[in-house]
Amino acid sequence: MLSLRLAIPTVNTLSPPKPKPKSGLVQTASNQTEIFPSRVSVPKRYGYKLQAATTDVANEEISVAGEFSEEEEELPEGLNKELMPKHVAVIMDGNGRWARQRGLPTSAGHEAGVRSLRELVELCCRWGIQVLTVFAFSYENWIRPKVEVDFLLSLFERTLKSELDTTSRGGIRISVIGDSSKLPASLQELIHDVEETTKDNSRLQLIVAVSYSGKYDVVQACRSIAEKAKHGNIQLEDINESLIEQELETNCTEFPYPDLLIRTSGELRVSNFLLWQLAYTELVFVQQLWPDFGKDEFVEALTSYQQRQRRYGGRHS
Amino acid sequence: MNNFSKVRSVHQKLSNLFRKGVCKVLQVGPIPTHVAFIMNGNRRYDQKLNLAKGTGHSIGILVMLTMLMHCCDLGIRYVTVYAFSIDNFKRKPEEVERVMDLLKFTFELLSEKNSIANLYSVKFHFAGNLDLLSEPVKNAAKELMANTVNNSKAVFTFCVAYTSTDEMVSAIREACDERRRAMQEPKKTDENYGLTKPVEVVDIEKHMYMAIAPHPDIVVRTAGENRLSNFLLWQTACSQLYSTPTLWPEVNFWHLVLAVLNFQRNHFYLDKQKKLLEMLL
Repeated sequence: MLSLRLAIPTVNTLSPPKPKPKSGLVQTASNQTEIFPSRVSVPKRYGYKLQAATTDVANEEISVAGEFSEEEEELPEGLNKELMPKHVAVIMDGNGRWARQRGLPTSAGHEAGVRSLRELVELCCRWGIQVLTVFAFSYENWIRPKVEVDFLLSLFERTLKSELDTTSRGGIRISVIGDSSKLPASLQELIHDVEETTKDNSRLQLIVAVSYSGKYDVVQACRSIAEKAKHGNIQLEDINESLIEQELETNCTEFPYPDLLIRTSGELRVSNFLLWQLAYTELVFVQQLWPDFGKDEFVEALTSYQQRQRRYGGRHS
Repeated sequence: MNNFSKVRSVHQKLSNLFRKGVCKVLQVGPIPTHVAFIMNGNRRYDQKLNLAKGTGHSIGILVMLTMLMHCCDLGIRYVTVYAFSIDNFKRKPEEVERVMDLLKFTFELLSEKNSIANLYSVKFHFAGNLDLLSEPVKNAAKELMANTVNNSKAVFTFCVAYTSTDEMVSAIREACDERRRAMQEPKKTDENYGLTKPVEVVDIEKHMYMAIAPHPDIVVRTAGENRLSNFLLWQTACSQLYSTPTLWPEVNFWHLVLAVLNFQRNHFYLDKQKKLLEMLL
């Protein structure tokens, strides 16, 4: 994307990271040593280390309907375990464009997208990320051609059914957020069953946003607060940020605020995803299309995230 | 006038002419209605050039006013800046006081008769929890709003003592309060009003501090960071986010041009999506 890149050298002063008790997030201490353009690029010193990481990928077998390994894997070179985000959010954009580039129908793009998602879920499990939220279907996506919408919903249903065994064994808890009233009844039932079956799993929580709109999330929180106020359960003065946080759809998880948001396909916008929760989230925009987003790109995004200095409005030093 | 100042004045006139030419070219395409700026990097500017503390902020204010003039030249009707967040109160008291004094000075300067507020006919508006400010600053802000209320060419919003979550909490409180008062009023002809009518997006939006402006088309963040920092979370759902590594005091007209060009590239697709959405939902 367009940006003016003027080299601004900043001093790299390393001091031990001080854990900050805010929503369980850890402050990074190292300053940015590289200007961060809107296009993700990895600093040169990590280049050779990433090459070492990619040769490992060839040796691993990431099978499509794979098993999730029990132990936590060593992180690739260059990533710091203490600075790993607890909650990663992803906007999986670019399936249609990927298919068009290869002369395939859009449905092939979405299926390739599902494979990418499986790979990402496995990586998150192995690297100790606790919550992964994915933007599968936005409320605005209902305007797409009916054929595509029907395909997407049936793909979602098929994937849920086929992955239920694997995810249960892998310790993954699945939650679905969004306005489920517009979904077909069979899908709604399946979602309910999957949520019930996996609700005690604790290795990774996968939150899938289907028919989700950030604005309607806040509106439904407001509606439930208005109901409570009407019945006299709460007073107007009690309405504050943490009350609203409890009413949002992300109240199904212990860490509702993403540390990192990744959007693929180079678009620079949030598109009505998790508005409230993204207040202090680090945004990473990746040029690759979603089906091409793999381990390397994820490591790049994580590296960029770990280099950022999160101050939450305050000042360091 | 000696030779140097003659050359400089000719150079300035030529630059102005060139800028106006570029504006005319850009105006052939769609121009954003509302641009928001996160003015980041003032203190890093001080460190970079070894200046006294606070110089970066002062220069930042000047740059802000210059950018306002450039936006007016381009025909952008609404400009919003993130001047001071509620989180910034956590900083050292000397820094907070310095910024507050600077803001008060700016508001007073803009309230004067021949300031750019009246030259460009800009209405000044404040978004945020103004009760968190000290009395002198709050009064200067209120006076500026009152003095410029009749200006109509552009609207400039200062977000002071603002966070988006605070704005949403206050809007939700007012929406709930409105519902409660409607329920208690016996005069309403529709007796079910307030009891069964659920809260909608419009009910919350009309109570937002930012209800005065449409949603931003572009959000520009300087100093290389890629986050929203609790700024206009609700309003930027579909805005273009533009991040530049330049520090705020170094930002100039050309950054704005690039941001607008970027907007123009994506505008037709996004506009079409918006219209389809309105038809459907």
